[in-house]
Amino acid sequence: MAMTITEKILAQHANLDRVAPGDLIEVKVDRTLANDITAPIAIKVFKQIGVKEVFDKDKVTLVADHFVPNKDIDSAQQVKLMRDFAREQALTHYYEGGDSGIEHVILPEKGLVLPGHLVIGADSHTCTYGALGAFSTGVGSTDLGVIMATGEIWLKVPPTIRVEINGTRKPYVGGKDLILHLIGLIGVEGALYSSLEFAGETVDGLSMSQRLTMANMAIEAGGKNGIFEPDDATLSFVKERSLLNPVIFKSDNGAHYERVIKIDASRLEPQVAFPHSPANVRELSKVGTVAIDQAFIGSCTNGSLEDLQDAAEILKGRHVAPGVRLIVIPGSPLIYKQAIMKGLVEIFLDAGAVIGPPCCGPCLGGHMGILAAGERAIATTNRNFIGRMGHPQSEVYLSNPFVAAASAILGKIGGPDELKGK
Amino acid sequence: MNLTDLNVLKKEEKKRMVRGMKFGGRIWKFGDDIDTDLIIPARFLNVSEGSELAKRCFADLRPDFARSVSKGDIIVAGRNFGCGSSREHAPLAIKEAGISVIIAASFARIFYRNAFNIGLPLIESFDASKELSDGDEASVDLESGIIERSRDGKIYEAKAIPPFMAELIEAGGLVEYTRSRKLKS
Repeated sequence: MAMTITEKILAQHANLDRVAPGDLIEVKVDRTLANDITAPIAIKVFKQIGVKEVFDKDKVTLVADHFVPNKDIDSAQQVKLMRDFAREQALTHYYEGGDSGIEHVILPEKGLVLPGHLVIGADSHTCTYGALGAFSTGVGSTDLGVIMATGEIWLKVPPTIRVEINGTRKPYVGGKDLILHLIGLIGVEGALYSSLEFAGETVDGLSMSQRLTMANMAIEAGGKNGIFEPDDATLSFVKERSLLNPVIFKSDNGAHYERVIKIDASRLEPQVAFPHSPANVRELSKVGTVAIDQAFIGSCTNGSLEDLQDAAEILKGRHVAPGVRLIVIPGSPLIYKQAIMKGLVEIFLDAGAVIGPPCCGPCLGGHMGILAAGERAIATTNRNFIGRMGHPQSEVYLSNPFVAAASAILGKIGGPDELKGK
Repeated sequence: MNLTDLNVLKKEEKKRMVRGMKFGGRIWKFGDDIDTDLIIPARFLNVSEGSELAKRCFADLRPDFARSVSKGDIIVAGRNFGCGSSREHAPLAIKEAGISVIIAASFARIFYRNAFNIGLPLIESFDASKELSDGDEASVDLESGIIERSRDGKIYEAKAIPPFMAELIEAGGLVEYTRSRKLKS
């Protein structure tokens, strides 16, 4: 019986020869993670269950990234609770401060997720690791507390939607535009309960950063996971970061797909998602005049070194428009250091940017760039729901780093092509 | 009262709920794609106590909700309720505010798991989600999936809760399910 890559990983972790969509299975988890918002409740649940030790101190990963450096007393208490638990359990992978960064950036960076892994995190963007050929999905804190105790979770095998993307991309079109276009096409519940499997020659040509961006936003279409088959790019990325042997799964010929979506990438412009939905997508040329107050480059979606390089390419020798606040947040301390060494930080500072410490920043309206009533921001983040970045009467537009950087200079949403001569 | 007693009580309460207990209350009506940022904005996530979260439930979208909601009330919403983040604070805030059950045309995946895991039942009915209005009174029978609009007695049949989810609620939530199934073996 032919299976998809998602079905194969799930079957292996359930110790079954085969699984089919709709099956309820119990799987063993290779890695589990929570952050400073979701861990406190998970720890409470873990204690209620009544076991003394986590199932594996190397596999339970806790990352302080949402409201750190601690933004207020309540946040400090939450992080302290998580830190105390990590110490008490002697967790190998607890990250905070200069060791830390955004969870979905640092786990791949530190080689903690490999192809073939099954990863469950108490964060909806846990689906990011599908870029590495792993099955990964988000859950809530109660599920996570139970996993910390047992190392297992029940899952329903999702049907798979195959997304075939072919054609040569235009300049300034990347993974962010491909995924925004897809979400615009199928809507925020277009992949509800389903797996999104990305394939095609355009996808094969994407860097790991771009694939991570795409898998990251599978949840914005309601998807359970987003996944890419591992290839040479995946294997060399992983080999640089881990000594462990990855397990390579690929979809069989004849595997069953609930739906196949074909996208011609050669026709796409950079995409912009208008308020208040990631599915409210327009081509850049159809944006019209939208003045902005803030531009944010960073987040688990676009906080990679490649993303910062894309932004720097546009910002080099230019300055943000009067009245526009540009915030750049590298996804990890390593990326921050590389950005300094490559001269990107100097470019950002010369352009008038403020640079924040690696963390989630203003993406979820926590801190470091909150919007006032009536303000508009363009952001390389993943959600533009009402009030997501601050006041309920503020607006967030989602784009790739090229467009966010160009918009900061223009003072309105626009692309690099509009900067010629400026 | 110790933790075990509390868990036993909770378990009994949930058993009654599945076995035909009716919920009745005022309907709070919401639209499609109600995301977790609308249910509980992220700026309030620096605490995790349910009672504190309940005070902020729908703070931006419907500021009167937390003040006016009564125990047993029902949320009726459109498609994809609870989309967005994995924050369990969202179903927790709703449950602690007093809501007994949510009826929607469909639910986002993580919200669905979270709600059942903490013992907040959800049922899907496209027709009820369309026809029930804000301020209506209705009753819900979880076991049969029957929803009845009080003003005219109109009946809607919701999709039955999947057997595994019913088992979870019967057990008293995922924590109790795990305690009874996993750790004894």
